[in-house]
Amino acid sequence: MPVSVANSQLVYDAVKGVGVRMVSALPETWLVHLIRMADEDPDMTLVRLAKEEEGVGVSAGAHFAGVKSAMLMQNHGFLQSINGIVGVSLLYKVPLLMLITDRGGFGEKDPWQTEGGKHTRPVLDALQISREDLTRPDEVEPKVAKAMTLAQSSLSPVALLLSRDLMWEEPR
Amino acid sequence: MGGASLKRIDCLKAIYPALEECAVVSIMGAAAAELYSLGHRANFFYLEHAMGLASSIGLGIALSQPSRKVVVIDGDGSVLMNLGGLTTLARSRPPNLVHLIFDNETLLSVGGGAPGGYRWFTTATSTGTDLAAIAEAAGFPHAQTVRALDDFEAAVLDAFNGNELSCIVAKVEAEMPKSFLMDIHMLENRFEFPRALQQPPRDRSQLRRPTRITKEEPTTIPALKSREE
Repeated sequence: MPVSVANSQLVYDAVKGVGVRMVSALPETWLVHLIRMADEDPDMTLVRLAKEEEGVGVSAGAHFAGVKSAMLMQNHGFLQSINGIVGVSLLYKVPLLMLITDRGGFGEKDPWQTEGGKHTRPVLDALQISREDLTRPDEVEPKVAKAMTLAQSSLSPVALLLSRDLMWEEPR
Repeated sequence: MGGASLKRIDCLKAIYPALEECAVVSIMGAAAAELYSLGHRANFFYLEHAMGLASSIGLGIALSQPSRKVVVIDGDGSVLMNLGGLTTLARSRPPNLVHLIFDNETLLSVGGGAPGGYRWFTTATSTGTDLAAIAEAAGFPHAQTVRALDDFEAAVLDAFNGNELSCIVAKVEAEMPKSFLMDIHMLENRFEFPRALQQPPRDRSQLRRPTRITKEEPTTIPALKSREE
């Protein structure tokens, strides 16, 4: 599997390191290891969603109950969650850490991923959701920590975009 | 149609005392206004938007606090917007969650109803969609439909006392609340709710903030000081 196990582990350790104990997710090729790691970790609650928008509600409930959480999803999962993000996270000022595998950019071979990838950043920007790209292994831990800090202090959603360079190991 | 017309407000009145120790997540509109009218409590959260996500919020709470009973007060319109959420609830199967659905067969609170019980925008439950059957088929260990107040009260109290994920669908009239007025801002409600759920320590001395700054020297005005000397 050309999805990077090592870098998935880096992301997972960083997310756990900032206190996340609940992860809600739908699978995506680049997320397979991250979801497996959450599933195998007895300290982590993995919520398998039917549709990504539910995860916004699950994360809000966890926050109200005092538990830090994160959402794992792909571009289309984010686009699918918009009403929940606006109606719960933004309207009610609820922290939300979103880890979005960023398909559809340079190097994308799957035609069906190309539109979702193109619109993710403009939609995040339209909602004024702070975002950062994760492209190098050495920036994973500090950026995840800073993203969680901002989510908690600003009581708002933040997005980390997991890039092809970080998640995919296929030789070009 | 059994003839016995069940009212949402009477259902809420019947179970209101039992909600005291629970985390309660209610949908918007009529259900929220009627619950509020019975007496607001800090452990009640009213989701004024995001139709369908009340049960997802309840799931997040139930998984985070397994020892607390979580009650989701939902409606047919909201549930139909997140039918997949029923499968997520069922597979997560939190034993401390009770999912109440007031099914008035109408999108009442978003404008589909009118005073006097007139319904001009019904939901699919008016044409035969059975939400309890859907919940059961989704994998809820317990799901039932009730049409009378006694049955509702008994079913809910059983669910509260039991230890399994339950769904109770109450077929109710499409009646408007007496008032939609809720004299609490949604953000005030949003911030008091987690405070109630996360119960700060009862020992009040631990809650008191220090009022003295110990490291700083007391301020002295040189002119006064010299006069004192």
